[in-house]
Amino acid sequence: MSHPKSSQLAVLDIVPFGQTGHEKTFFALRLERPDWPDWKPGQFMMLRPTSFGLDIPWGRPFGICHLTSQHLICFFQVVGRGTQRMAALQAGDVVQVWGPLGNGFAMEECPTLLLAGGMGIVPFIGYVHQHKQPWNVTMLFGHRAPLGCYPVDSVNERITVDTLRENVPGDLDNLIFCIRERMADIAEQNGLVLACGPLPFLKTVRQFALELGARTQLSLENKMACGVGACLGCVTRTTAAWPVPDKREWPVQVCNHGPVFWADQIEL
Amino acid sequence: MNLAVTLPGARPLELKNPILTASGTFGYGAEFAPYGDLTSLGGIVVKGLSLKPRPGNPTPRIAESAAGMLNAVGLQNDGVEAFVKDKLPRLPWRQVPIIANIYATAPEEFGELGAILDGEEGVAALEVNISCPNVREGGVLFGQDPRLAAAVTAAVRKAAPHKPLIVKLSPNVTDITAIARAAEEAGADMLACINTLSGMAVDVRSRRPRLANVIGGLSGPAVKPVALRCVWQVCRAVNIPVIGLGGISCAEDVLEFILVGAHAVQVGTANFLRPDFAFDLVKALPAACEQLGVASLEELRGSLRL
Repeated sequence: MSHPKSSQLAVLDIVPFGQTGHEKTFFALRLERPDWPDWKPGQFMMLRPTSFGLDIPWGRPFGICHLTSQHLICFFQVVGRGTQRMAALQAGDVVQVWGPLGNGFAMEECPTLLLAGGMGIVPFIGYVHQHKQPWNVTMLFGHRAPLGCYPVDSVNERITVDTLRENVPGDLDNLIFCIRERMADIAEQNGLVLACGPLPFLKTVRQFALELGARTQLSLENKMACGVGACLGCVTRTTAAWPVPDKREWPVQVCNHGPVFWADQIEL
Repeated sequence: MNLAVTLPGARPLELKNPILTASGTFGYGAEFAPYGDLTSLGGIVVKGLSLKPRPGNPTPRIAESAAGMLNAVGLQNDGVEAFVKDKLPRLPWRQVPIIANIYATAPEEFGELGAILDGEEGVAALEVNISCPNVREGGVLFGQDPRLAAAVTAAVRKAAPHKPLIVKLSPNVTDITAIARAAEEAGADMLACINTLSGMAVDVRSRRPRLANVIGGLSGPAVKPVALRCVWQVCRAVNIPVIGLGGISCAEDVLEFILVGAHAVQVGTANFLRPDFAFDLVKALPAACEQLGVASLEELRGSLRL
């Protein structure tokens, strides 16, 4: 397992994504490279700009998008006061980053289906780039904002991505239908399903996983204050299938027991 | 600069520096080991322990607020037995005092916890949490009634005669000095104040409370003035050492608490600002003292000019 570190990193640049009307919502934040010896796709980091001062006490958790020899990329959407202030970051500003945190996705040499809902695409970017058999990996990407708001291109270049935009209620039914069909297909091949997205999306995937007997991992995005297991704010409840006997049907922290869980081992 | 401090009394507590980590914000200590040297801390107060494991409250349990946060975790913990068996042996307790925070629903249970922990060499002191809302019958808080506060303190004192006994006080009272004096008379060796302030937050879109428990405890920089006032009042009311906590987020904050009379402090919510916060605070304290021309913490303690 990786050894997390806390470091102060300078912002290299911040690039808005998407066309007019969305340019103040989706951003790729490029930071100096932290001194991490290794990391696994699906792990996350806590990020807290110095500009949060004391009025915004918590860092914010983000799936690790991409780490190169030069920089670390955090892809984020403005959803509240923390990400709003992050959108105002400029080159040279300082951000406290601690990570890599949590466990990461399973990576196997088998047919692998990635189910991404909206910003849930982020941890899959690193996954797709690290996978040794990209031909065995496909993605179904459901999204609400225009496609250009998301970093889809960096996935597209390695694997086949099918995208479904949700505009009207019927689109959601279609997405759910497609998810089930693709999961059934993977279950037959004894492949692997990995999902990251909003809670209703994960609940749907979990239900299909149990119905179809598809080996499925879910990445949870619960609200958290510390990211290291102390605040007990991010807990999710385990099922009787949880591997540790005295933690069965018990709340466990998403930050240090997840954020990736086997679908049958947690309740949602 | 020598930061060592002794909390005096019949059962003194010796610390290499006055900075402890507050219960519920530092796990069982090991969670923070990747981010700094645990043995550089003045002490570690572990997550509140109960006799049996507790699952805690439903989620959402935490909510951020302006310069603070609310929590209603409900004392989820693995129970005292698991702590003694699995967690404590892995902590560097010979190099850093480990203080066990204990919680129960009745004085007798508090006594049982005290008896178990009194025999543990790795436990440097006990901190009795008398400010949790989940007490039996009618939801009366032990920390809001001087007689109940005294009963709990006396029960632990009797069951755990060897360990320094810290009683952690609630600010949600009319007169905190009345509770402080009751705990002192019942045998407390030292006091810690304050625990969180009762509060709530609402999501206007969903019209729901932001905490499943509706009401939670407010902590963080927002509560520091309240904490400082409480520590100031309590220090003048009792003759036992006081550990100050509530919103400490820089070295100058530490000095403020010492100025009003605290012997030591605890850092809580600031541990969430970043996981290396407490370690850096220990390092920053000497420079902050020197900048203000403070030669020793003893000289500073209680030297508020009125």
